[in-house]
Amino acid sequence: MNDKTAAKSSTPLLRARYLRQPTPFCAGCGHGIFINAFLRAADEAGLDFGRTVFVSGIGCGAWVPSPHFLADTLHVIHGRAIAFATGVKLTRPELEVVVISGDGDLTTIGGNHLIHAARRNLPIKVFCLNNWLFGMTGGQVSATTPPGAITATTPSGNPHRSFDLVKLARGAGAPYVARWSVARPRWLRQGIETALREPGFAFVEVLSICPTQYGRANRGQWADKEASLPWAMLSWQETHCISRRKAQKEGAEGKIVVGEWREGEEPWDV
Amino acid sequence: MGKFKVELDEALCKGRACAICQNACPQEVFAVSDQPTPQGVWPLRVASPEECIGCRRCELFCPELAISVQEAGGREQEARGEGQEGPVVAPDYGGWTTVPSRLSAGVHFLSGNEACAEGALVAGCRFYGGYPITPSSEIMVHMAHRLPEVGGTFVQMEDEIASLCAVIGASWSGIKSMTATSGPGFSLMMESLGYAVMTETPCVIVNVQRAGPSTGQASRPAQGDVMQARWGTHGGPEIITLAPWSVQEMYDLTIRAFNLAERFRVPVIVLADEIVGHLYETLTIEPEIRCFNRARWPQDSPFGTEADDGVPPMPAFGEGARLLVTGSTHDARGIRRTTDPQTQERLVRRLANKLLAHRDEIDDWETHFTADAERLVVAYGSVARSALWAVQEARRRGQRVGLLRLKSLWPFPDEIVTRYAGDCREVVVPEMNLGQVVREVERCTAARVTPLPQTNGEIIDPRRILGYLLEGRWER
Repeated sequence: MNDKTAAKSSTPLLRARYLRQPTPFCAGCGHGIFINAFLRAADEAGLDFGRTVFVSGIGCGAWVPSPHFLADTLHVIHGRAIAFATGVKLTRPELEVVVISGDGDLTTIGGNHLIHAARRNLPIKVFCLNNWLFGMTGGQVSATTPPGAITATTPSGNPHRSFDLVKLARGAGAPYVARWSVARPRWLRQGIETALREPGFAFVEVLSICPTQYGRANRGQWADKEASLPWAMLSWQETHCISRRKAQKEGAEGKIVVGEWREGEEPWDV
Repeated sequence: MGKFKVELDEALCKGRACAICQNACPQEVFAVSDQPTPQGVWPLRVASPEECIGCRRCELFCPELAISVQEAGGREQEARGEGQEGPVVAPDYGGWTTVPSRLSAGVHFLSGNEACAEGALVAGCRFYGGYPITPSSEIMVHMAHRLPEVGGTFVQMEDEIASLCAVIGASWSGIKSMTATSGPGFSLMMESLGYAVMTETPCVIVNVQRAGPSTGQASRPAQGDVMQARWGTHGGPEIITLAPWSVQEMYDLTIRAFNLAERFRVPVIVLADEIVGHLYETLTIEPEIRCFNRARWPQDSPFGTEADDGVPPMPAFGEGARLLVTGSTHDARGIRRTTDPQTQERLVRRLANKLLAHRDEIDDWETHFTADAERLVVAYGSVARSALWAVQEARRRGQRVGLLRLKSLWPFPDEIVTRYAGDCREVVVPEMNLGQVVREVERCTAARVTPLPQTNGEIIDPRRILGYLLEGRWER
């Protein structure tokens, strides 16, 4: 990747340079906000799409790079994106290998490959679009669905706890871990750029939104009744996300801590 | 005219159900259009551009990248075919070539599993991803030592699922790749096996069979995975499967497996068993071998051909082909066509036809004493060793018995079996399972077909087969 000093690319230029076609995502899908931020970050970081392989699994998140990104894309079976990426990166270390997939794919069915790639410090970048459930298959509970949340398969509320993906990845030895929210696109863009420049394994949890499945099923959770459902969810996320620095001062009770964690950094909790 | 130029591409806008721009804007620049589009979307429009303060929240939030905010009078950035650069490598048409052997020419003394690994290396294998499992582990251990010596890459993965996934990923990097396993691991690989078929990814999977079902007898031989090799992955694709009977063939058929994989862009299974895997005997290394390399040039149809039995060229990652590799039904360029019946039919048929129409390049067998045989033994793998001794002894006692040894099991060599079984009054099929290949043999001949099954985790004693040939007894 090269540093670029040129002016920031316009939105139409980003589309022409990096996208094959418009997305099929639902109106207000958080994954689209991620695409927006990712392309700006990739452009700033000088990520060469001609020398980058995007690997993704199954689900809405896996559709982000494939077929949309104008690069080599490997769209694989459910849960195994990181395992495929391992074969690509080990044999072609000069190529950038970026995994973009969902929480169901990377952490529910595919959690084993995530922790082992982190343990190996495989120099790939993993972006996990966390919309808190299985969106494409009709809104079923995933390993990241919050306790109590309504999904198609937890009609009385999720009886189980959810993964804290930052702690999961850190515990597995990932040297760079971050969590950002699509409700804060400037932080998200900057965070993606930082991750793309990391030399080793980088795991980024992207808090996304799924208005169609999660938003409707848990309508009572969103305070802003005037706004569109996507915006109500984004507003909730914005008010419930707290920066790591702020959380260390004020505590993180009832909040989701966003920021970045490097290997060996304390404190562990926030 | 305000200080900023705000543009919204209504063709991309998903409308009022999203309305994120309208909500994000602190100045009420956006409003919902008065008219829906023919698709029924009520798009947003830039209603009050003069109010824009240039905070760009709309631009950064828009999930469709439909909005741009520019300083008024700023220079337009033009996109002239950016990101559309063509291929960056010269075409490589692949094909047959001759390469010198890695081991010195002459006679060597190796185990079957070691010979398999050496065969892979000389065939050009430069990536191995695997997971330990008896009785195949020696292949992996040998590769862990040998691959670094030839500039290859070895990785022990976290399970057999990941192993075959990594192998497929490496193959798309342009590297000949393999894994080896046994029954339980082979079961875990079934989903990825189908992915390799659908994406036309050359790779080699060695299954050193052990006695099952389930954990079974890990260090004992069996031939229980013959049907699984053919039918284990969903969707029922054709799968090339080879069955070695000796250390020499663990070497030779592994080379052949790589050549077939590269020739037809398919996963190829080497279906060995514990006997040939752990057997030590001599093998002869020729000074050089014939080796096939995939055609690889980045052109625009890596997933389709004009012919309905063709094999498309396979560019590698990073060569400018901007590949769309997917296990979903796709057209010749890799674009998903997941509801189109023609594309599905055409793809599935070509994936089968590219093998079935080239049976002459795949079918592999060997015969002993078949010229005047009244009875025919059909055997494969280590059981064929027992069968050959029994046939020789029966001949010595005046029986007109022949042996057909199948070296390729799938696609099943129907015509070969029909040819040699044609004039026989009985066909006998000993195998270390409850009867799998015998069913295929039954399809191919009108002669009486007798299964000789054995599933006790032991090699079939040649005297047992002889007993049947002489006295018609197959006692438990």
